[in-house]
Amino acid sequence: MAGTVVIGAGQAASQLVATLRAEGYADPIAVIGDEPYPPYQRPPLSKKFLAGELTEDRLYIKPPEFYEQAGAMLKLGVSAVAVDRAAKTVTLSDGAALGYDSLVFATGSRVRKLTVPGSDLPGIHYLRGIDDVKAIQPHFHAGKRMVVVGGGYIGLETAAVAAKRGLAVTVVEAMERCLQRVTSPLMSAFFQTLHRAEGVVIQTETGVTGFEASPGGGLVVKTTKGEIACDFVVAGIGILPGQELAAACGIVCDNGIVVDEFARTSDPNVYAAGDCANLPSKLMGRRLRLESVHNAIEQAKTAALSIAGKPKAYDDVPWFWSDQYDIKLQIAGLSAPGDTVVVRGDPASRKFAAFYLRDGVVAAVDAVNAAPEYMIGRMMIAQKKAVDPGRLADPATPMKSLMG
Amino acid sequence: MPKVTFIEHSGKEHVVDAAAGLSVMEAAVKNLVPGIDADCGGACACATCHVYVDPAFGAKIPEKSDMEQTMLDFANEVTADSRLSCQIKITPELDGLVVRLPASQH
Ligand SMILES: Cc1cc2nc3c(=O)[nH]c(=O)nc-3n(C[C@H](O)[C@H](O)[C@H](O)COP(=O)(O)OP(=O)(O)OC[C@H]3O[C@@H](n4cnc5c(N)ncnc54)[C@H](O)[C@@H]3O)c2cc1C
Ligand code: FES
Repeated sequence: MAGTVVIGAGQAASQLVATLRAEGYADPIAVIGDEPYPPYQRPPLSKKFLAGELTEDRLYIKPPEFYEQAGAMLKLGVSAVAVDRAAKTVTLSDGAALGYDSLVFATGSRVRKLTVPGSDLPGIHYLRGIDDVKAIQPHFHAGKRMVVVGGGYIGLETAAVAAKRGLAVTVVEAMERCLQRVTSPLMSAFFQTLHRAEGVVIQTETGVTGFEASPGGGLVVKTTKGEIACDFVVAGIGILPGQELAAACGIVCDNGIVVDEFARTSDPNVYAAGDCANLPSKLMGRRLRLESVHNAIEQAKTAALSIAGKPKAYDDVPWFWSDQYDIKLQIAGLSAPGDTVVVRGDPASRKFAAFYLRDGVVAAVDAVNAAPEYMIGRMMIAQKKAVDPGRLADPATPMKSLMG
Repeated sequence: MPKVTFIEHSGKEHVVDAAAGLSVMEAAVKNLVPGIDADCGGACACATCHVYVDPAFGAKIPEKSDMEQTMLDFANEVTADSRLSCQIKITPELDGLVVRLPASQH
């Protein structure tokens, strides 16, 4: 038995090992990771780890002994470079070849890189892995000037940690507002106000046109609205799904590796899970690619169950969180432009929720320091529940009573 | 190092050394105690690290935050002893802590 080979050693890979063994899968398992670390959690990278509140080993999803005990071989610091689906082998960067019965792509995603002139200058950073944070940390001191390119969740979290540390922070966002791609104008306004109150400068509708090294050290960020001098840059302008290797061996890819609800790709022996996969969501009524811990975990469970011969369809409500300053944002479902927004609570109180209604049912919720709204909202989305917008908007109506 | 005893739903006990400063959830994960999923890694966002704290220790642990309380409300089989283990920081005073695990985190 050649067993299962997992390409990528991140959030999904770790869960694959756990679920395969929990389900009684007894064949060999090998996990190939190009980073030198055992599978680790990425969310703290732009939160507590960047803030210096966590040591590196506390990022590890499971201790290294877990993989040993599970009889899973972790091959770290090597990448998978080719897959031969006819021979069922994976070739690694160290020249080794591994045979498989089942292959899982858990390759995650990689950051989209800046391409404007000067983008390869030293001092321009991204934030995806432990090594990225290690490269940023020597510059991450009070008084330093940081420019964040891209006002998405990762950019804003980085800005929040930096502002608290005493750095001078400027966020440059090309679109009309931060978080434009992922949430409503109301939520964008809330987060922009929050950051500005903490001293962060936010420049929207500003495109970065290039970078130059400053003669006195540091960088000059050139934008459509002028120049910004800084000591370093962190860019968070989105990610690209890790699909190259799958595409190269002829597996169908379309904004991610295309899978069915059982995490199966176009090859019945090959699966994909996590950021790299493009999955069908009945609940959301379309195909989508999700970048969240929950999706990586649940899709990995789905792939493991399929491999273990106990297939179970995956169709969960997507959820995500973001921590900025003392704000915990919890998101369930996916909002879209055109949804009716129902606000419950006063944003100025820093405890409120925005519900997104589509065809009279709750399609998504953004909850700020409001766990009941988030948890009940998640259930409402799963049940496609019709709600009375008036009662939903009234904080005096208990969330639980809206489920009845 | 403080010792923490985890009792699985089946009754199986695990006595582990838990470094002060870590959370009770992290002590379980680090020591391969099964039964705590901790999907969000301690962000108080998932409620899959639910445990029952031995009543003898209840008073030695700081009160739940609003966030922990509301997340807990949605866990299964919640009792007065229920806590989210990622929100309990291990301190020397918690040496000997006993926590019981629920049948399931989902
Ligand atoms: C800074 C940051 C903050 C985040 N915050 C949150 C949050 O608050 N909440 C949330 O839900 N999600 C958050 N996310 C997203 C979440 O971390 C990801 O969705 C999740 O890690 C996806 O898991 P995965 O297993 O698909 O990929 P990953 O965890 O990225 O693992 C994939 C691994 O595969 C490796 N790999 C790729 N190709 C190869 C190859 N050919 N050979 C060998 N190895 C390979 C990669 O290097 C990587 O190590 C955050 C992400 C980042 C970067
Ligand atoms: S680990 Fe998610 S709430 Fe405790």
